[in-house]
Amino acid sequence: MTFCLKNSRNIISKLKPKVGLLSLMKQSSDCCYSSCLNHSNHCNFLPVTATSPFVKQLKNPDSNSHKKGRFFVFERFESTTAEKQIASVPNGEDNQVLNFPGGKVIFSPEMRFLSESPSLHAHCYRVLDDNGQLIRHSNFIQVSEDIAVKMYSNMVTLQTLDTIFYEAQRQGRISFYVTTIGEEAINIASAAALTLDDFVFPQYREPGVLLWRGFTLQEFANQCFGNKADYGKGRQMPIHYGSNKHKYFTVSSTIATQIPHAVGAAYSLKMDKKDACAVTYFGDGGTSEGDFHAALNFAAVTEAPVIFICRNNGWAISTPTSDQFRSDGIAVRGQAYGVRSIRVDGNDVLAIYSAVHAARKMAVNEHRPILIEAVTYRVGHHSTSDDSTKYRPADEIEWWRMARDPVTRFRKWIESNGWWSSEAESQLRSSIRNQLLQAIQLAEKVEKPPVKDLFTDVYDDLPPNLREQEKLLRETINRHPKDYPADVPL
Amino acid sequence: MLGTVRQKLLGQALQKILPVGSVLRSYSSAAKQMTVREALNSALDEEMSADPKVFLMGEEVGEYQGAYKISKGLLEKYGPERVLDTPITEAGFTGIGVGAAYYGLKPVVEFMTFNFSMQAIDHIINSAAKSNYMSAGQMSVPIVFRGPNGAAAGVGAQHSQCYAAWYASCPGLKVLSPYNSEDARGLLKAAIRDPDPVVFLENELLYGESFPVSDEVLDSSFCLPIGKAKIEREGKDVSITAFSKMVGHALKAAEILEKDGIDAEVINLRSIRPLDRSTINASVRKTNRLITVEEAFPQHGVGAEICASVVEESFAYLDAPVQRIAGADVPMPYAANLERMAVPQVEDIVRAAKRACYRSVPMAAAA
Repeated sequence: MTFCLKNSRNIISKLKPKVGLLSLMKQSSDCCYSSCLNHSNHCNFLPVTATSPFVKQLKNPDSNSHKKGRFFVFERFESTTAEKQIASVPNGEDNQVLNFPGGKVIFSPEMRFLSESPSLHAHCYRVLDDNGQLIRHSNFIQVSEDIAVKMYSNMVTLQTLDTIFYEAQRQGRISFYVTTIGEEAINIASAAALTLDDFVFPQYREPGVLLWRGFTLQEFANQCFGNKADYGKGRQMPIHYGSNKHKYFTVSSTIATQIPHAVGAAYSLKMDKKDACAVTYFGDGGTSEGDFHAALNFAAVTEAPVIFICRNNGWAISTPTSDQFRSDGIAVRGQAYGVRSIRVDGNDVLAIYSAVHAARKMAVNEHRPILIEAVTYRVGHHSTSDDSTKYRPADEIEWWRMARDPVTRFRKWIESNGWWSSEAESQLRSSIRNQLLQAIQLAEKVEKPPVKDLFTDVYDDLPPNLREQEKLLRETINRHPKDYPADVPL
Repeated sequence: MLGTVRQKLLGQALQKILPVGSVLRSYSSAAKQMTVREALNSALDEEMSADPKVFLMGEEVGEYQGAYKISKGLLEKYGPERVLDTPITEAGFTGIGVGAAYYGLKPVVEFMTFNFSMQAIDHIINSAAKSNYMSAGQMSVPIVFRGPNGAAAGVGAQHSQCYAAWYASCPGLKVLSPYNSEDARGLLKAAIRDPDPVVFLENELLYGESFPVSDEVLDSSFCLPIGKAKIEREGKDVSITAFSKMVGHALKAAEILEKDGIDAEVINLRSIRPLDRSTINASVRKTNRLITVEEAFPQHGVGAEICASVVEESFAYLDAPVQRIAGADVPMPYAANLERMAVPQVEDIVRAAKRACYRSVPMAAAA
């Protein structure tokens, strides 16, 4: 059955953006469906009877040819109350609605494509302006002086930790390092808004979450130096931290694999009826991986209590976001999968804190996934193996480092509240610096893991072939002791 | 038909239709018959019943009762929380299964065939196999990946590959491949109970085959040890190793060889990783000749590993070169005549055994 369009005109995408109330986060867009009457494989129809309006319309195509229907109108909702509006049905005979698996769809004789990019991008939620002052009428969750000062101290600690360990790598004392410069707010504020019962699945640029949860500077140093005290038993490169007691799952180098892991853990939390959620972090580049899409889809279908936090920092090593995707960032992808989403200023501590706090409540109480796109900038190089001045202008990096530093911005706010001073600042910085230098010195001196740790944990029990290999290794060591390295204990 | 068990009690023929998952005990010494499908279904059922952490996930495992009906009745019995029908994303549901395992649950992830596991292989290797080691014991992964492996009948290149060698090369994984119903029950239960990630390679053509099972096998606590091969048939002239469907072929070959005066010992590997090198080597030291049989592509296969192991440990005992029988080194063709030529047949095993015994035989099959 074919349906002829009376008017053969150029079909261009027509978008009538609807500007909703400027509340926390509202975005509306007109979404139009192409006329699917002549494509039965386009949507799954229920069997059509002779008396259905669908058939009636087909028999009288002329009557509907110049009626324009209005279709799905999606409105974004406030962070804590979601309002779904079903499409407003226009007057006239055009309100043919048909049930099909998935919901009601209003048909239209006009062929309209959804635009590939809305003229209004998703709004970005922020609370503090660039000078660290509260924006008028901003909606946010109040933080106490204690929490605010703790957040700030952690951000300073993270910044100092990064600077000193980066230097240590340049001096050849550790083999590799990844900094979080520019993304301290995302790390610390999100961690502060979660509880210690929540499970964290990091990528690799979120050591601040572990820091907030109580991982000590010495523990960080031990992992980077791969010594005997490292919880990873020296098996992984630096920055691959992991700690069961902090519910921080060991960093894995593969990109985006942690995203479906988080959904699986969230599903398990739901099955166990725990008052907790899973949280996972990833960058803008990670959202291109298949795992991201499968995980979001799955989380929506299984109604898993998981928070997806995307650190959109503009760069995936040398790939800028314009080469990474053409969608309106990451936030709109959530909508495509049926996941509630928000875009947040990633360098604004209070905005991140409020958004994650609200997201957690929704995830745990309503058993739903939430996607948060935190927009920020990767001030440092991708890692110590990278020199980002090769692919981006040095003054761009400097501008973000100085003018848009999230740490300075938050400092201005706590100072304006009388909760901080320049004395406190210099005291904190020098204290942290000393502690770090000591931690590094100590970590360097601690001996490496014993040779038996080469063979353990491959399986739950040591299998016979590995037991035999260890035995052969020890025999070789006994026969040639001077060839055995001095700093690897037996 | 699932759930149907025929029982003979002291000469009395009894036929009962049973609800899914329950198996009648017999009080006689007569052997019961059980299909591999029933064996797998009952193993899953019993393990899910015994441990609430065990859950099943995969495409079509719930409402459809399983693409091959292995999970029949489980959705009804355990509900949608423990039998999950997943969207079509192997990478997705494998990752999610691993995440659930990190948390502490015991997922059984079904692949419709292991050919599709390639879309999830990063999660199997990098997330499941290596995690316990990389996290220094903090993240264990008590997960089972199961599904049909190897050739079926007329399913073509992308549905016929055997993945035993691929997975068995990776430390951190255990790889099992059952042959009969006893293997299926015992090894699947062992896999589910094991704290390490296990790849469980079944065979579609064996699902419908019936094998006798003893009382012990039917008991819900029955379990086979991982890493032990079974001597299916003892012999003294030549050792034949095989796994999965090829064990059946090897046993038939052994019967033919017996008529020609060659007494073959058939070893059902059961466990590809860890490989039971001591059983294989002990057998070779007894017979002095070895044939390895597998359906898979020949290069870097299970047979190659067995051959290397025997050469390393029992070189002086070999009276003839090790013969490897494997699938043809081509993507599996669809046409039935070509498919037959691409997979080892009983005659190939017979000829190989005769060659190992220095009987003169043609190298290749007659066209």
